Amino acid sequence: MPDIERHIDFATAVLEATDQCMSDDKSVFIIGLGVTDPKGIFNTTIGLEAKYGSDRVMDMPVSENAMTGVMIGASLVGMRPILTHQRIDFMLLALDQVINNAAKWRYMFGGRQKVPIVIRVLVGRGWGQGAQHAQSLQSLFAHIPGLKVVMPTTPYDAKGLLISAIRDDNPVIYIDHRWLHNITGPVPEERFEVPIGKARIMREGKDLTIVAASYMSLEALRAAEVLEKYGIDAEVVDLRTLRPLDEDAIAGSVKKTGRLIAIDGSWKACSMTSEIVAIATEHAFDKLKAAPVRINYPEAPSPTTPALANLYYPKAIDIINPAFGMLGKPSKSEEEVGIVYRNPLDVPDRTFKGPF
Amino acid sequence: MSSEILKKILFTMVRIRLVQEKIAEKYPEQKMRCPVHLCIGQEAIGAGVCTAMDKDDYLFSNHRSHCHYLAKGGDLNAMIAEIYGKATGCAKGKGGSMHLVDVSANILGAVPIVGGVIPVALGAAFGTSLKKENKVTVVFFGDGASEEGVFYESLNFAALKKLPIVFVCENNFYSVYSPLSVRQPSGRDNVALARSFGIHSKKSDGNDAEGVYNAAKEAIEIARSGNGPSLLEFDTYRYREHCGPAYDDHLGYRAECEIKEWTAKCPIEIFRNKLLTDNAVGQNEIDFFVKETVLEIEKAFEFAENSPFPDSDELTKDVYA
Ligand SMILES: Cc1ncc(C[n+]2csc(CCOP(=O)(O)OP(=O)(O)O)c2C)c(N)n1
Ligand SMILES: [Mg+2]
Repeated sequence: MPDIERHIDFATAVLEATDQCMSDDKSVFIIGLGVTDPKGIFNTTIGLEAKYGSDRVMDMPVSENAMTGVMIGASLVGMRPILTHQRIDFMLLALDQVINNAAKWRYMFGGRQKVPIVIRVLVGRGWGQGAQHAQSLQSLFAHIPGLKVVMPTTPYDAKGLLISAIRDDNPVIYIDHRWLHNITGPVPEERFEVPIGKARIMREGKDLTIVAASYMSLEALRAAEVLEKYGIDAEVVDLRTLRPLDEDAIAGSVKKTGRLIAIDGSWKACSMTSEIVAIATEHAFDKLKAAPVRINYPEAPSPTTPALANLYYPKAIDIINPAFGMLGKPSKSEEEVGIVYRNPLDVPDRTFKGPF
Repeated sequence: MSSEILKKILFTMVRIRLVQEKIAEKYPEQKMRCPVHLCIGQEAIGAGVCTAMDKDDYLFSNHRSHCHYLAKGGDLNAMIAEIYGKATGCAKGKGGSMHLVDVSANILGAVPIVGGVIPVALGAAFGTSLKKENKVTVVFFGDGASEEGVFYESLNFAALKKLPIVFVCENNFYSVYSPLSVRQPSGRDNVALARSFGIHSKKSDGNDAEGVYNAAKEAIEIARSGNGPSLLEFDTYRYREHCGPAYDDHLGYRAECEIKEWTAKCPIEIFRNKLLTDNAVGQNEIDFFVKETVLEIEKAFEFAENSPFPDSDELTKDVYA
């Protein structure tokens, strides 16, 4: 990446990508609950209505299922809708439209049509969101042929992947994690695409590969920094796209390091970690020096009480100790490795005071 | 109407208001670490409807459930402890404010996925009718929920099977910050809609507790006597922000005159004044009730604060029966 002077946060990067695509292409429009309200989907749609008018920037009825079908139909006649949901849990009402129609339309009509829609959904955690407001269902969508699924971590990728998603001729599920929104990073002002289907090496290393996505990639980086102090050189692969998955990047890194920790901020069974480990064993079996390790959420819905939620989400130490184990070192406590938490674990940063 | 019932409705409303104001007061302490959707301003609906219900009748609710839960007889200590995330909470701290439940009071659950609870409530009505039990099920939801597909599908099935259910739509004109005007065509009429399915339906003032009670009483009797479902729609207004303890009028999403108009129509003040004027209740009775209730609420918060958090092994318990 060239040196980029300008730093903006993730939310602003999303807004900028949307804005630029709307100004480039009149067929792009955005719709979703709260898109035009004073909070503007956590500041990712603020100002768009004033700029592009209420024909292209719209609120909608609380009718996720029907509205998803409506967007599919609009895309069939040449529009390029962006549909937003403030939580992935709300999108579950539209599984029929997403899986039966959006994902299949091109194939089941012999490739004659295309469905260029973006469904931008948020996932998150913390502050007692609970069983129905804090799910991370990326692997559910990554299972489906005909869908593309992206899950950016950095502001740079947030912008570049959203532009790619909007320009893509297929249905793309764009998943952003609420806890990334305030994190800043270098982002060019001009338009650019981050290719869908390409992972990125966030940090190079030779001893161990950690594959993750979205907020979990940041935990992986934190773990890698600690591991470095103990002479372990971890490589962090940030998936960026979950479907199609960058098999070459995963296999390539594992071939180099011989060790794999796969992380997915979601449940273990049939998750991204299942897929990552499968790819490593299929393509780098003879290079593996240890059994791969998977890190996921416990097999339970997300609890609201902080007492249990604090145990629910994997932390850097939960990555560090398996890494120690793979390299024949004893486990250590957070204190021993120097991890201190200055904020409660159920908020993204100190500015967060609830309720959501 | 007997003065006992009138008083019960008033005191139920007053208690609910006091509980919620206490939550609002203490929320900034950051010990209640979950979203809270207060229904300050909307108390007449829960109080009126639940007073018309029998103890054996079933209740289901949505994200804004404090009022329904308390009015139906949900345990106060367990509710506050739940919001504090404690093991003594009604859901052992696993559900928070958006998932209140008290099976012993026949409150079978409240869920914050908009509209999601409507068919589940209908299922309870279906179950009781299959079992030939003489129970009525009431489900509360908002104007936003009436836009979800399951709402119409549920009306259809309720009418098809003549199920003993009362659908109660609390129309506070907003879904979060979104007014009806960006969500529904003007003149959309839920009452006409329900009637087109052959469902008994009425719309009335949701800030008039007595009117709510009468409408609910009628609907519940229709259901109990085997004459099928009803849809009641009540207009009302949420005084505080959609989610959280504060006021959010500075955001400008609701017109000032509208806020003023509804603030002047406080359901509790109106009803209290009416009962005082009619000599159905004395000021000293009200004062005494408030005093007792304030103490009760203090104790509930003490109970919550002093209760233990759930043990770590609770994390993966209760996933399966
Ligand atoms: C399926 C679904 N979509 C969106 C949301 C986000 N949401 C939470 S509460 C709410 C408002 C619903 O409005 P209404 O039903 O009128 O209830 P009110 O909050 O006004 O009491 C919305 C849209 C949700 N929880 N579930
Ligand atoms: Mg409403």
